[in-house]
Amino acid sequence: MSLELLFEAGAAFEAKAQVAAAVNTLIKNGTQDKSAFEIAETVDFYGAYLNTQCSTEYSSLTLSCLSRQLPNLLPLLVELLTESQFPQQELDIYKQNSLQRLQMNLKKGEFVAGRLIDAYAYGPRHPYGKYTHKEDLIALNRQDLLDFYKGFYTHGRLKIFVAGKLPKDIFTLLNDSLGNLPFNQADSTLSSIDYSHDPDQEKLHTVINDDSSVQGAIRLERLMPGRKSPDWSGLMVLNTVFGGYFGSRLMSNIREDKGYTYGIHSYLQNHIHESAWVVSTEAGRDVCGETIKEVWKESTLLKTELVDKEELQLVKNYVIGSVLGTLDGPFQIINRWKSYILHDLSADHFDKHMEVVKTIQPAALKALAEKYMDESKFYQLTVF
Amino acid sequence: MIQYTKFVLENGLRVLVHPDDTTPMAVVNIMYDAGARDEDPGKTGFAHLFEHLMFGGSINIADYDEPLQLAGGENNAYTTNDLTNYYLQLPAQNLETAFWLESDRMLSLAFSEKSLEVQRKVVSEEFKEHYINKPYGDVWHKLRELAYSTHPYRWMTIGKELKHVEDATLADVKQFFFKHYRPQNAILVVAGNVQLEEVKRLAEKWFGPIESGEPYTRDLPKEPRQTKDRYLEVSADVPIDALYMAWHMCDRLDPKYFPTDLMTDILGGSASSRLHQKLVKERQLFSGIACYHLGTLDPGLVVIDGKLVSGVTMQQAEQAVREEIKKIMDEPVSERELQAVINKTESMIAFEDMSVLNRANSLAFYELLGDASLINTELARYQSVTAADIQQVANEIFREGNCNILQYKGKISQS
Repeated sequence: MSLELLFEAGAAFEAKAQVAAAVNTLIKNGTQDKSAFEIAETVDFYGAYLNTQCSTEYSSLTLSCLSRQLPNLLPLLVELLTESQFPQQELDIYKQNSLQRLQMNLKKGEFVAGRLIDAYAYGPRHPYGKYTHKEDLIALNRQDLLDFYKGFYTHGRLKIFVAGKLPKDIFTLLNDSLGNLPFNQADSTLSSIDYSHDPDQEKLHTVINDDSSVQGAIRLERLMPGRKSPDWSGLMVLNTVFGGYFGSRLMSNIREDKGYTYGIHSYLQNHIHESAWVVSTEAGRDVCGETIKEVWKESTLLKTELVDKEELQLVKNYVIGSVLGTLDGPFQIINRWKSYILHDLSADHFDKHMEVVKTIQPAALKALAEKYMDESKFYQLTVF
Repeated sequence: MIQYTKFVLENGLRVLVHPDDTTPMAVVNIMYDAGARDEDPGKTGFAHLFEHLMFGGSINIADYDEPLQLAGGENNAYTTNDLTNYYLQLPAQNLETAFWLESDRMLSLAFSEKSLEVQRKVVSEEFKEHYINKPYGDVWHKLRELAYSTHPYRWMTIGKELKHVEDATLADVKQFFFKHYRPQNAILVVAGNVQLEEVKRLAEKWFGPIESGEPYTRDLPKEPRQTKDRYLEVSADVPIDALYMAWHMCDRLDPKYFPTDLMTDILGGSASSRLHQKLVKERQLFSGIACYHLGTLDPGLVVIDGKLVSGVTMQQAEQAVREEIKKIMDEPVSERELQAVINKTESMIAFEDMSVLNRANSLAFYELLGDASLINTELARYQSVTAADIQQVANEIFREGNCNILQYKGKISQS
């Protein structure tokens, strides 16, 4: 079974950069009674996994274990949510290791490209555009962590997602442990997040990260409306045709026909407040320019010619089949529900979305391409 | 308990059926008993290049992906040093489409010059993306060559060098196909919302007529017992020094595999493991460290790898690892440590078995090992491991002279 505790405690709520991520990781590294080792050892002893994740709006702790072990582990979760101490030594190790990891990642063109393109498109202070700076990691201090923890976890706004072969008395178990805690008292809510844009003035960028690299990391990105937009379902189909699956136009042309890359993909970011359309690939150093040209060639085709009926049927069948395939088992199903709840979509969203996928016509896709595939709206970045 | 039924076609193809009506999907998994270890030392990277070519059209079907996607299916494949595996899932009503596609590419590929030419380039880009254009990307090339003097595990699945892939010819491709991709070298697993009788009928209809081919006898050179520790120092443009240590271990079918697997978990499998606790948390010599084994069918490697905290020397780091190793050789692990890794293994197996795709893949793997029913006895074998068993394998693996040490040092760079 899996038990996810999801708090409104993502990076968008932090006053100082990197605090939310540090709290999320270090929440299991020491309480009043237990050291980081004792916590990890307890989790391991019961054969469980305790994963943490920090995103823009939300942060979570997910416990995965055999159902019979849950009663042994709930007291530990309660302890982590009420008595975490963020010991100085743990914070120092975290800082040192995060700095090393950052230093290493900065050597990779794809890492550098991924963070720059979002900063260009949203602005460097926007919740979806900001990224990790060395200075923020160095400046982390224990008191900031403790304050964030008390406000956004101990008293934080919490949602619980639980799935799997659940114990019969699951509600009693949860109520008797987590049910007694003082959640949902935080002042900040999702509506207090500042999503104002500050995009880069320049659309075209080339960055030299490593003179000797044999490939360039290419990213093209433009802002888009979010999942609640009436265009969303149609855009998902259009994106699939363009670069969303193995047989897509981009893959067929740039990988399977020209061999410029091992893979090229396009996708719509799944953020809560708004989205962006991204094309992403690593291509041979000397064919990066050609690769970008081919991407625009493919987008022009979608704007000027109707998608062939057979191709569209294939894409529809593929999308429907892959949705069916992702509903394999309780963990996958709860994740889909979670996504609808976090995006504030209604319970009939699934049926409506599938209806659009099944019925959309070539003319509607062409109209969407004309509306959104405007080359001048895209930021273009190549990192060598 | 994972239920399945096995039957064998006249041409030698082994078929396993694992029905599960809780999913609307069907899974078709074909595992070929051919991996990078079966390659000619002068033509490495071939099993993997070949995996790419399997999507370039077969004798009667110009394109593999299109009809599958039209049937709402998805597929992928991977190559290891030991085997190559192809798997797909699609809505169960469309099961026959999968039989049609998979049987045609087992019958014969199209062997198109254009497909070979493009996939040579694609694999070259894959080589660059993962093994050249990435910090530490060449570690496994170096470590394998250091640890293996003779056995074909000394090269990686991507190939020893780019040139081998670039030089591949259509004649090589054909030869590889008819040597390894025959029914008697393959295992077909059909799982999900399927009926045994229907699978029997489809298997006979689509795979039955394929010729069985010549039997392939694997006769790989054995790795001689290592008697002296080997050191290799590499200097590259990386920001952080890294230490890799690798020791020879038993093969996958050896009963010692189970205590070896648990031993690596105790040393370095999680946040409460010994190496992490002692060397990352207490002594702060490493920023991260792990212990694991390669899980290969022929005798493999136990590996410890870690990134050094800056200012720590290679000698200090190696010395600290050796102190921990000495402890596990000299004293039996505690009952609680042993129980923890057994509990962890139990839940790991339970989580893996939740997905029908994983179950199909595991069934094929155990059948390749010699007997699919091993899938249901694995947990019991882990549960019967004792602290004495672990101490014994630790002493065999960590014996003097059995270690390969790769010191991967960062150049002082100006940035």
